[in-house]
Formats: sequence, C-alpha cells, structure tokens
Amino acid sequence: MDLFVQLYRRLDQHTRTNDKVAALEDYFRVAPREDAAWALFHLVGRRLPRAVSPAELRAWAGAASGLAPWLVEECYAAAGDLAETLALLVPPAATPRAWPLSALIEHRIRPLRELSHEERRARIEQSWHELDGDARFLYHKMLTGGFRVGISRALVERALSRVSGVPAAELARRLMGDWPPDASFFERLLSTEERGTPNLQPYPFYLAYPLEQAVSSLGDPGDWQAEWKWDGIRAQALRRAASIAIWTRGEELVTERYPEIERALAALPEGTALDGELLAWREDRPLPFGAMQRRIGRLRVSSDELREAPVIFMAYDLLEFNGVDIRAQPLSERRARLEAVLQRAPEELKVSPTLAFPDWPALAALRAESRARRVEGIMLKRRDSPYGVGRERGAWWKWKVDPYTVDAVLMYAQAGHGRRAGLHTDYTLGVWNGETLVPVAKAYSGLTDRELEEVDRWIRRHTIEKHGPVRVVVPELVFEIAFEGLQPSPRHKSGIALRFPRVHRWRRDKMPADADRLEQLVALMNAAQT
Amino acid sequence: MSRIVQATSAGLYCEAGGFYIDPWRPVAHALITHAHSDHARPGHGAYLTAEPGLPLVRERVGAPVEGLPYGERRRIGAAVVSFHPAAHMRGAAQARIEVGGRVAVVTGDFKRDDDPTADAFEPVPCHELIMESTFALPLYRWPDASEIVREIHDWWRENQEAGRTSVLLAYAVGKAQRLLALLNPEQGPILYHGAMERFVELYRAADVSLPAARKATADDAKTLRGRALLLAPPSAHHSPWLRKWGACSVGFASGWMRVRGARRRRGADRGFVISDHADWPALLQTIEESGAEWVGLTHGYGEALARYLRELGREADVVRTAFIGEAGAESDAPPARESAD
Repeated sequence: MDLFVQLYRRLDQHTRTNDKVAALEDYFRVAPREDAAWALFHLVGRRLPRAVSPAELRAWAGAASGLAPWLVEECYAAAGDLAETLALLVPPAATPRAWPLSALIEHRIRPLRELSHEERRARIEQSWHELDGDARFLYHKMLTGGFRVGISRALVERALSRVSGVPAAELARRLMGDWPPDASFFERLLSTEERGTPNLQPYPFYLAYPLEQAVSSLGDPGDWQAEWKWDGIRAQALRRAASIAIWTRGEELVTERYPEIERALAALPEGTALDGELLAWREDRPLPFGAMQRRIGRLRVSSDELREAPVIFMAYDLLEFNGVDIRAQPLSERRARLEAVLQRAPEELKVSPTLAFPDWPALAALRAESRARRVEGIMLKRRDSPYGVGRERGAWWKWKVDPYTVDAVLMYAQAGHGRRAGLHTDYTLGVWNGETLVPVAKAYSGLTDRELEEVDRWIRRHTIEKHGPVRVVVPELVFEIAFEGLQPSPRHKSGIALRFPRVHRWRRDKMPADADRLEQLVALMNAAQT
Repeated sequence: MSRIVQATSAGLYCEAGGFYIDPWRPVAHALITHAHSDHARPGHGAYLTAEPGLPLVRERVGAPVEGLPYGERRRIGAAVVSFHPAAHMRGAAQARIEVGGRVAVVTGDFKRDDDPTADAFEPVPCHELIMESTFALPLYRWPDASEIVREIHDWWRENQEAGRTSVLLAYAVGKAQRLLALLNPEQGPILYHGAMERFVELYRAADVSLPAARKATADDAKTLRGRALLLAPPSAHHSPWLRKWGACSVGFASGWMRVRGARRRRGADRGFVISDHADWPALLQTIEESGAEWVGLTHGYGEALARYLRELGREADVVRTAFIGEAGAESDAPPARESAD
C-alpha cells in the first residue's frame, strides 16, 4: 500500500492538474504491474463487489473503538465521510504491516464475500490491526466503494500515455468495458502493438457540454445537425461476432435487463456498434421517466414490466460498421450509414430523427415544445464532427430546456459531505399545504460558498430541535429550487417526487408566506403526466 | 444548590465575588482567561488576568489590566480566586474560584500538548468544572506535535526543491508564535505577515525564545520567494498580498485539519494537525483529573460530550455562552474563515 498511499496523498494534496498528472506518472513508472492494475481499477471509478455493508462496518468500528452508535453518527456528521470517520475512530494499528495493494485486495478484501458474518468481522478487525492512517482510510474506501480523489479519467489516461507512448484516445478505448485488474492486462494496456477491439468492448462515449452562450453564436445553422435530447439511459449497443452487448455510460453491462433490445440487435449485421438512448416508449413517444426507472434496477424483467414499460433503443450514431471503427468519419457520413443499417431493423431499434430548422429562432421554437414531447431539450452536433472521446467543447452541445422552479421554505438541515463536511448544506424544503408546510424536496445547495456559510450560521442560531444530525429550523428562509420533472410518489408525504431538485438561489426578497403551494405542484404534475 | 459560576446574558458570572469571566458585554469586574478577541474584550471597568498574559491582554483591551501570578490567591468579595496555566497560548489561565470550601474551575481555552511559548497545563482539582469543548468528538485526536513539526519542515523542503514559497496559514495570535518557536531558521528564511508583528514583538519582549524571523516586505516577495516560509493569517489566503509571492504551496495549521473535508473546503494544499485546544482524550483526562462532581461544557461539540458523560453516570450539561449566537456563532463548527485555534 505504501506507493499507493503516497500516490493518494499527492493527488489529494495538490490542487494543480499538472502536479496530479506528474504524481500519476511517477506512480505508474515504479509500481509493480499487479498493483498498478488495481490502482488503475480504482482511479477510473470501478468498484469491487460490495463485501460488507456500511452498517456492519459502522457497528464493528464502533465496537472496536468502544463508542456508542450515536457517537459514531455524530462523528460521521462532522467529518462527512464514512470511510474517513471510521479510520479515525478505530484505535491505532497494533501490528502494522506493509501490504502491497494487490495483496491487500486479494487477501483482505476479495475473500470477504465468501466468509460468514463472524469470519468477515474478524478479518476486518485483523486489517485494522495492520493498517493505520491513510492506508486504513483507503482500505475502507475500497471496501465500501466510491473511491474518488478528484481526478478525471482523462488525466489518468494522459499520465498512462506519457508513461507508455500509447495515444490517450487509444488507452481510453482499451480501458472501456470489463477488464481484469491484473498484471497481464496492465502490460497489454500499455503495449504499443496494434490490437483489434475485443468482442464485447465498447468505445469511449463522446459527451456534450451544456450550451451556455447564445445559440446564434454557433454560426451557420446549416453546419449543425439538431436532434431531440432524449431523457433515458445513454448506452452503446454492440452486435459483434455471435455476441451482443448493451453498455451504459457508467460502463455497466445491462444486456440481460433489456431482452427486447437484445433480440432486436440480433437482427443487425455483425460488426455494428450503435450509440443511443434506452427509452421507455409507447405509441411514438417516450413514457414518463418513472416508467424507465422501473426497468433500470431490474435484473430479471417480468412480462408485466415488459408490457407496461416497453423499452426501445433510440440510435443517434454509428461507431462501427462492418467491424471497422468509423469514429473518425464526419457525422454526416456516419449518420447516412446509420440510417441505412437500421432501415429494416426491428421496431425496437429506432433512429433519432433530425430536426429541420431554417434558422435559429425556428429551432428555439422547437425547443419550447420539449416538455410536451417529454424530451430534455435539443442536441446540436456539427455535421463534420468526428466521434471524439470524453467531454469536449465545440462540436457537440446540449441545449436543455430551462428547469422547473418552485419557491420553498427551509424546514430541516443537515451537514454536508466531502468539502462541505460540518457545514449545514443539505436542506429539506417544503411548500404550503393549507396552513402547514409539507416537505417536497431534499436538495443539496447550489449556493455560493459565502451564502452557504451565511445560511449555516443562520441555521445554527435558528434551530428549534435536533434529531441526531438533523436540525429542525424556524421556517423563515425561502429558496428557489430547480428540478427536471415530477411524478406521483406514495413514499413521499407530499405525494410528489421531484427529479434532480437543487437549490437554485436564495430568495431573500420573499417571506415564507410567499412560498409556493402544494396545489401548484400537483397541477404541474398532472400537466406533465398527460 | 446553585453553582458557583452561572451563565448570564453578559457572560459567566460569579455571584459570590461579583465578577465575570471573559464577559461579552461591558461589566464592572472582568477576569480574562487569555488574550484572544472573543475572550478579552474592551469596555469593562476593571481587568484581572494571569501575570504572563498581562501585556497581551492590555494590547487587546486598550485599558489598564492587573496581573496576578499563576497560583497566587486573591480574595474578591466572598470568593478566593487564583489563575493556573491553561497552555492555550502565552499567559492563558484557568480560573480557580473557591467559595465557602467549594471550588469551581473555568478552564478557558486550553491544551495538554507541549508548547514552548506557554507554561504547561496544570490539573486543578475542583467540584465544578466549566470546560471548553471545541473538539469534543472522538474524531479529534492530535498526533504528536513533534511529528507535525517534522512534516512541516519536510513540506517546506519539498517546496524549496520545487521553487515554491511555503505559506503556512495560522491564527495570528498564539498559534503563529508557537509555530515560530518550533520552526528551524537554518532551513531557510522565516517571515511573517504584518498582522502577526505586534504579538511577535510582545512575545519577544517577554523573553519568549523565538528564532530569527521578521515581518515580510514587498522586497522579500521578490528576493526570497521559492525559499521562504511565510506565516500568514487565514484571511491572507487568496489575497493580493499573497499573489506577489509567485508559486506557493499553502498549508493550514489547525486542529480542524484532522478532517479532510475541512481542508478541502479551505482550498489548502496541506493540512497540519496542530491545535491549541484539547483533543478528545485530553478532555476526558482533564475531567478525570479534576475529580469534578459536575461538568459544564462551552463551545463546539459540548452536547455530544455532555451526553457521553451522562451515559457514564457523570453530571454534565452544556453551558450556554455568547459563543453561541454572537461572536462565536460558528464555534460549534469548523470556523469558516478564521479561528482562535
């Protein structure tokens, strides 16, 4: 772990990009390949299957440190990070041991899933005796998943490219999909020899930036292809020699969750890779997003669900044709081939229609129809653009519809996580239902740091009750919350669930009585559901 | 039975002696535990503080202050008062107050770690202990200060090798002088921000041994950048003053740095866990050694510690002070900008 801990510290301690890339380079040059492979696995955000629940870890760490559960929770609320909290609470290691990263994972993490509850606990307690400080913190991160040190995948690829001489875009491709974090994979990854695309491997996704400037600044409308921005799950569908795969943008292999798409893909010629969106769909338009949500988590889908939430694949790009990577071709050519490939495809595979617009005001008028069409807005792609890697500015833009907004009253507050640890930044906000406030959203604040501190001080002075880490405050502050949609929810007291709610701004000009009413949200929801 | 020291709207008050301890509203008689601005305020009628802290408190309040040597007893009304080292900073004192055979101790801010600029903390037996609880969570355990001092020097050396100026952010009064006393001037030039100058002078005048170091000038920013260690108050972070120093690595010296999120929020490159407050084990040790029947807690995570103590069968409460609501509104959180830590 020593080298990996050093790498973590350097990444954590330096705020400048160049320093971070240099730290990664130094690590990958000296680390043994079997350790480097695991480091890479975690750095690009992959996770080990969970071997222990956070609740178990909390309970055992509490016992090891002789602290009552409520006190562990107080500490967690103050530190804002469970892995860190528990690493700090457990007493120092009695018999420190320098584990290589790969050996730690092979001996102290991977076997856990096979063990009984009691054996698992014993193994973890043993690890606490062996690991201290940052090593223990990183061990917890690997145990609980969610290893983030503030570096993007692109930076990791850049560093590996410098170490190996393999172009970053090629590394990005080799790092897609499922790969074994072992020495031989790491060796192949950095090999300068040309390799074909393995059978199930997807391509890196090309991502758009939000359009913040005026759309007219994009120049000649004729240079741009416009499509609806679909509100589903971004995915790649692969039809290769005798195998079919559907990968989400989170690089999750979800083929079996969408049997209707899997069947339809079988009808395509071998050597085809589509980029597109999984959408719950009926009668020429998307179902409300709630229908899609019912399918996302289902590993085995029932016939009821297949009937009530049928899914299609809305293709918008073709990345591989006849087994050849055509990402470097201009979009206009890829598009023509896409239409040809899908011309006689089953109805579950659709081509995302292009929108005809003579000028920008005409496109703006189409965008205004987004909500009625259950889409998120418009995508703009340069007709001459290649299919790139990752998020880039310039060739692809997403021009989303403005979010819904509602004015709501701050009811409860809780301390945040990460860099907001100890600061009350997670708000529960409510709207009026008759004379009482009913919570409608739990939102993380989108306020400035200065405003956050001011609200935090206000919260501390206006706390009526405390329930563990949750403070009930005087209902006085009004915030505008933005959200993307709303749907009925029996699990919420208000009967409504908002999608992606976030605090947009602080309405210092409004009194609590000026906040919105539940009826208004219900009316909005009914309009959206029809 | 009423307590010897009560919380009032003007501050902690001893009725038997007719005086307040670190009051925040103007009063006739004030005992001052130490020279931080939320404890030593101007506007009171008469001031009494521990002898070694006298010049520092006088600087703060701009009025005559009487000093009482540590351990010396003074009768005030029906109370007998004495000061005992609290080690929070130079001259910091616990106030021991005896009334009719019962003893109360107000710790003020204190620490149990070594500090070359302050007398070591003295445990004082008492019946009623009013104790600060800024860091009263088991998360907060300080590493050995000598270890942290070594880390600071290693960081300084790395920065020198990379041609970066080392900027060490620390509270300007107490913490800055303690750090100064711990730094090795043989490694390179040590400079400090103008906000620290007056108290550095007062420490030197009191014969506290501080290494060669001086106030940073505009010329220094040109000639010593990349080599110097620059002590600055947290408010100097991101200031135009700091930008004159070229490439910098910014370290923050505070107990809050124990938690990663607190350091990230401040945007510091490095956090050094060195505090002038007691950590969790030191708080428990202090309660144990006092033998107190009742513990009153002020500042910070007092509610958590009070509950912890009650579960162990001890009498403990949070004592409401103005450190909640007024100047110290942030006292139960990692302070947003600057803290007397």
